[in-house]
Amino acid sequence: MSLISTLARLEAVSTGRAQPAATVRHRHLGDRPLVFVPLTTAGEAGAPLGALVGTDRDAPRLLAVPQPRDRDLRFAFLAELADVVLPYVDSYADAVEAAERTETDPETGKRVKVEVDLCADAPQLIVPSRAGIDLVRLLGRSMRFRRTAEQDPEAPYPAPPRVPLLGRWLTHFGERARVPGSSLLLAMTDVLGRHWVTGQSTLEDQHLGALLAWIDPPQGVTGAEAALRAELERDAQGQLTCPPAGPATDPAFDNKLLAPAIERYDRARTALSAAEDGLEADDRLGALSAAEREIRDLVLSRTRPTWDAVWRGLDLLRELPEGARVEERWTRDRWSFTGHRDRVLAGEPPQPRRDDAVTAANKLATREREQARLEAQEALDDPLVMAGRRLSGEAFAGEVTDVVMAYSEGKRPSPRPLVTVRTDDRPYLGERTKVYRSLGGKPQSAEFVADEEDGALVVLRILDKMGRGKEPEPGSVPEKGDRICFTLFEHEQRGGAKLPDPEETPWTHGGPPGEAALEAADPVTEEDVL
Amino acid sequence: MTTVFDPSAAAARATDAILHDTLHGTARGVVVDSPPGAGKSTLVVRAALELAEAGHPLMVVAQTNAQVDDLVLRLAEKNPDLPVGRLHSSDSDPYDKALDDLPSVRTSAKAGDLAGQAVVLSTAAKWAHVKVDEPWRHAIVDEAYQMRSDALLAVAGLFERALFVGDPGQLDPFAIVGSEQWAGLAYDPSASAVTTLLAHNPDLPQHRLPVSWRLPASAAPLVSDAFYPYTPFRSGTGPGDRTLAFGVPSDGSGPDRVIDEAAESGWGLLELPARHTPRTDPEAVRAVATVVRRLLDRAGAATSERSAASSPLTADRIAVGTAHRDQAAAIRSALADQGVPDVVVDTANRLQGREYDVTVVLHPLSGRPDATAFHLETGRLCVLASRHRHACIVVCRAGVTDLLDDYPSTEPVQLGTVVKFPDGWEANHAVLAHLAEHRVVWQP
Repeated sequence: MSLISTLARLEAVSTGRAQPAATVRHRHLGDRPLVFVPLTTAGEAGAPLGALVGTDRDAPRLLAVPQPRDRDLRFAFLAELADVVLPYVDSYADAVEAAERTETDPETGKRVKVEVDLCADAPQLIVPSRAGIDLVRLLGRSMRFRRTAEQDPEAPYPAPPRVPLLGRWLTHFGERARVPGSSLLLAMTDVLGRHWVTGQSTLEDQHLGALLAWIDPPQGVTGAEAALRAELERDAQGQLTCPPAGPATDPAFDNKLLAPAIERYDRARTALSAAEDGLEADDRLGALSAAEREIRDLVLSRTRPTWDAVWRGLDLLRELPEGARVEERWTRDRWSFTGHRDRVLAGEPPQPRRDDAVTAANKLATREREQARLEAQEALDDPLVMAGRRLSGEAFAGEVTDVVMAYSEGKRPSPRPLVTVRTDDRPYLGERTKVYRSLGGKPQSAEFVADEEDGALVVLRILDKMGRGKEPEPGSVPEKGDRICFTLFEHEQRGGAKLPDPEETPWTHGGPPGEAALEAADPVTEEDVL
Repeated sequence: MTTVFDPSAAAARATDAILHDTLHGTARGVVVDSPPGAGKSTLVVRAALELAEAGHPLMVVAQTNAQVDDLVLRLAEKNPDLPVGRLHSSDSDPYDKALDDLPSVRTSAKAGDLAGQAVVLSTAAKWAHVKVDEPWRHAIVDEAYQMRSDALLAVAGLFERALFVGDPGQLDPFAIVGSEQWAGLAYDPSASAVTTLLAHNPDLPQHRLPVSWRLPASAAPLVSDAFYPYTPFRSGTGPGDRTLAFGVPSDGSGPDRVIDEAAESGWGLLELPARHTPRTDPEAVRAVATVVRRLLDRAGAATSERSAASSPLTADRIAVGTAHRDQAAAIRSALADQGVPDVVVDTANRLQGREYDVTVVLHPLSGRPDATAFHLETGRLCVLASRHRHACIVVCRAGVTDLLDDYPSTEPVQLGTVVKFPDGWEANHAVLAHLAEHRVVWQP
């Protein structure tokens, strides 16, 4: 934990209110995000119990699985989810703008610019917590290799149409969420935790109710009291008044309310199948729908508070102005969305179960680059974030006290002015350490020459962005009295080296991965048919 | 029957076997594990010369520019006529200026300019941008355990066969983003190059260098037991081959007593009272600076097997090691306050591969309320405890053993990964148990 966040945490404890960790919003928020609040059943990994999903805060769509161990009901749930999510995703697929991309020409091998479509906007999924992102990934994995009856008439348990497609999209969202700074799939606790620092541990911040209690406590109550209440307060029936954001549910809810309700549903279903005539069946069908309604009401009662909390979080975040470089990162998300849309349209197979060596290395390289980019951009967008970097010796700000013109040696001397900056910061500057400042959105680099007065004065030599002439272009050199801020980290990330194609995987990494066999669905085991 | 262990003969046997497999073997790779100070660079230089002299064009991959420059200088020293190519980046000051004075060394940012040189050396990052039609017959990959698997993936297409040399006990490569997604895959891009290489090619011949020439007889057993329990090594020198003496007698203070203890036994632990502190614990920082100051003030003289005469313990023969950069910065400024500007103070990552007579170490867990994976990492402690030729003095708050017992390591178990032994918990306990015998308790 950095020093500034430790200080903010202490301040939050003493004031009883979360402290801002940012002055601008560092994540993109779309106009019409799709909020998804899922619940799972205890005891079986990734067995959905129900969900609230939708883009309208006043009209969420309730989905519920009255018997979570019933595979047919689970498929029905997933099919219903697909009916909500896929039209939402598709609504972003058609509006495109023209963009340029460099590609390698297959014939000449040269890098050429090609004009391609870029989706003008992209869908955005919001889940309450990080565990929600894991569930999105798990659902994606469990669905994308399924076969529909149309794809494979022999499949013993064909999936409803569009369910495999939903699996591919959820996989894409889940995979994209691993890229630092991406906003295609966000966990509300993560985004709130990025913008506010509470007086509790980061682990406790994973509780959406407690986190919101710190950020926006009710009148007359401290954040700590409100958070404690959110975590522990139970009603007369012994149920949490602020149910966990899920996907896991509270055991007291499972034992006291859910299990008896499912039991009643099971009994009603057995009774219905044992009905001997039409009249009896009608009655028992009524009992079954009543039992099902009861479970739906239970699911709604546990998801609705979280649903409202997510929207409240969105309101709080929308009050912050968007950071200047957020748009640029969202454009990358749009590229990612467009790319997957094209792969789906082209009829490519679903994402493989495991990455091959080259894909894994490429992904890791991209994410490391995005992480460095994100850290730099957040600091440049936000003086409060920059203050943290200054406090940790990675940046310094100050006033220019002196500028001395100097020139490089050589045939064509170029300007290399020496700039003295008075600063209260204590950056870790070593001999010829490179530093950067933002000049009209582009990084200008300088090198450390010397310090005077015990580090209070820093002398720098400006190295570039001064034009081609002997005299620097106006405005390109700081002037006496200017307030400027230099960072020790680079502002822009270099692209890495190109890795070999997967077919060229070297012997050290097991050689080429071989023929890509069409991945079969998971084999059906005894547990699958209870 | 007792056999006398002859370190030179044992090391020579190991080197001969490695060179034989490299020059005449049929396997595509040869892996050499080298404990600290076991003559890894010497081996690399010798293998490079023999391959080059046998007429095999050779590429050498190292991890940092400093390592590459060091190898070039050593090659040129051994064989001034060998045409050597130094491939460098197009940044400003990409290589050591000393290379420009060597007539047989050619430097360029383009691999094409260096075609025909017997040996071409560069960093893994630069090699990754090189494209060739015909791969090199031979390569040497230095510090292969500090190289990440994805870096090897980028360069492995450039050579047919390679000698991989490195120290498995030092700091593992790391990624700045999570990589759990690939844990357990043989080609996990965040694993070390050697891990991936051996997972796919388990039959490659593996050797190890059995003798540490750097570590004194007092240190080799501890470092070997704590960090290399399954691949033990010995020190090249025996007890009494190296001595450290001081002209100025002790003034009885804690720092002086710990210096005497370390001079006598090779290890010293200066234990401050138990306390939870910020990372840049002001008392511990001052204690480190005071120890360094006294080391210099007391006119130390080191005698070693290298020569009969003793050499003075000067500032350039002392280093201070820390876990974090801010700790290093705090100690640097404390040393400046004490009028000692020239002693190297750096983090474990940057001290890798370096060697000093005496090291002063601020223990990574000193004053901490928790033991995170970073602070427990075996390699970090191993680097800090294995840089010295004579003595190592550790400055630490009391209570680290309790901290270790209160926080057993709880890293999630990943299926399919090779568990690294010893873990940091075990290694830390082993080192602390040994240091406890050389403890000087001091209330500053």
